[in-house]
Amino acid sequence: MNRLNQLFNTKKDNLLSIYYTAGYPTLNSTLDIAEALEKSGVDFLEIGFPYSDPVADGPTIQHSSEKALENGMTLHLLFEQLADLRKRVTIPILLMGYVNPIVQYGVERFCKKAAELGVDGIIVPDLPMYEYEKLYAKYFIDNNLSNIFLVTPQTSEERIRKIDGLSNSFIYLLSSSSITGGNLKVSVNIEDYYKRIKAMSLKNPAIIGFGISDNKTFTKACEYASGAIVGSAFVKLLGGDGYLDKIPEFVNVIRG
Amino acid sequence: MNYGANEQGYYGDFGGAYIPEMLYPNVEELRQQYLSIINDADFKAEFDQLLKDYVGRPSPLYHAKRYSEKYGANIFFKREDLNHTGSHKINNAIGQILLAIRLGKKRIIAETGAGQHGVATATVCALKGIECVVYMGEVDMARQAPNVSRMKMLGAKVVPATSGSKTLKDATNEALRDWIANPVDTHYIIGSVVGPYPYPEMVARFQSIISLEAKKQLKEHTGKELPEYVMACVGGGSNAMGMFYHFLDDESVKLVAVEAAGKGVDSGHSAATTFLGREGVLHGSRTILMQTDDGQVVEPYSISAGLDYPGIGPQHAHLYKMHRAEYVSITDDEALQAGLLCCQLEGIIPAIETAHALAYLEKMKFKPTDNVVICISGRGDKDLDTYIKYFGY
Repeated sequence: MNRLNQLFNTKKDNLLSIYYTAGYPTLNSTLDIAEALEKSGVDFLEIGFPYSDPVADGPTIQHSSEKALENGMTLHLLFEQLADLRKRVTIPILLMGYVNPIVQYGVERFCKKAAELGVDGIIVPDLPMYEYEKLYAKYFIDNNLSNIFLVTPQTSEERIRKIDGLSNSFIYLLSSSSITGGNLKVSVNIEDYYKRIKAMSLKNPAIIGFGISDNKTFTKACEYASGAIVGSAFVKLLGGDGYLDKIPEFVNVIRG
Repeated sequence: MNYGANEQGYYGDFGGAYIPEMLYPNVEELRQQYLSIINDADFKAEFDQLLKDYVGRPSPLYHAKRYSEKYGANIFFKREDLNHTGSHKINNAIGQILLAIRLGKKRIIAETGAGQHGVATATVCALKGIECVVYMGEVDMARQAPNVSRMKMLGAKVVPATSGSKTLKDATNEALRDWIANPVDTHYIIGSVVGPYPYPEMVARFQSIISLEAKKQLKEHTGKELPEYVMACVGGGSNAMGMFYHFLDDESVKLVAVEAAGKGVDSGHSAATTFLGREGVLHGSRTILMQTDDGQVVEPYSISAGLDYPGIGPQHAHLYKMHRAEYVSITDDEALQAGLLCCQLEGIIPAIETAHALAYLEKMKFKPTDNVVICISGRGDKDLDTYIKYFGY
């Protein structure tokens, strides 16, 4: 059982997670931001490692990834920065990034290193289920890392059941089929989709992400799922001055 | 040997479908339906008829006598440059538009490098009266301006890709993002043998008409359907895959794929993927790509926008690893010189992409009896500015 499993065992609703890109806005800001987010009452974190061609991301996270790479961020460097992770941060941590940097680092080595540093789960948007099962799952399981799968309004029930079977912490429910940073349009269709997922009584809780940017969208998401993830809206905050001081207020506003 | 894909879409170690969940339904729909659609008699009849009456196929196999004399072998040009819209790209665009209509799609998106695939896609969308959006790197829009105007005249919307190197890879990223946001009504016509499975296989099949015809035509010319050598340029690799396709299992035929070395393989300004790349994942498939130790995609360089791509299609990666085809490279200078030579010896102005394949003839050692088929993938009208600037005409 990792920290993520423990969290979901004890807290069932209104969970708030924040995504940000490691190495943005400055190369060494990663752990300071994590610490500030924990102090502000965020339940768990997603730390993105940047990639040159992030096809699932909108302009905000494309920009933060590009800047982070310019600043010199690499997966090796991120792992060095995370050496003190568990001295400074106690909430669950997920790493999120694209598959190619992991392939180059070595999948087994990546999983071992992440676990050793106290990481609890991994989100790889472009890692397909077939390849995960065949080549990756054993390393994730050996290292007690949760793999997080995405589900969209177009994902079939059969596939959602399969994803539920392969998951052991939560399922990442996309508010719409879109890249990150879009606007959550709560329409009848979307509510139907959330209700459909809820009615499936999956073994894993669902967390809603993509398009969660304020208290209204967060609250709406929490009606149907165990919580929500804020990404682009937070990354925008990091682009401004004095961002560390503004984090508590940002989190308070989202929670309402 | 089997050089095709297995059921999971892998060519040996390469291929697959490394896509975010948002694209899964689209790609899965294609995977499940494309074979039954393209094997359907009604599809085949319409595809063949359009290739004949609209594209002008079969494209000639021309015995280039002055080239043959110069290089000491029987050299044949497979004239894809004579196709409507000026390159082989139209073969795939016709196939995919007919497929998209049968899948009930109402909107087409595409990426383009040199603009040849964009023009081909805009053309078939005009032909069928379907909305068309083409993503093109901002840098490419500047160096291939006539093709941008062509696409607009044909009714397509051309959207500049302004991220990264502002070339083909970034245009591909933008097209993928569009497809994620429009999962139901839109079909993405990928222009090369790249992307998630089934694209590499599907595009190769549509382009395989090139080698199907060439075999038959070579037999008419020489009495033999198998040449000693088959040559083509490779960016993503669609003209090469079409030119190789029906020769893959004829192991006596030597396949030569010519990459763009740019200013030189070691210059830091190159697109010679097999020389500079390593195995990894790019645009939805496991393949060979140019990247840093950290797995970031390296921005390639070639004077030829159509070859300016940091990867190769997964089937090419497989042919490379299995040593079924030889992958070589040609610099900007060598290509431009070869382009001019082709003008002056044969009266054909080739695309700069094609000129890379022609340039490698200089480095080949032929026997006088060798038959050599080289794919003239496109015409050079779009490159006149580059040629004129380089040679000062």
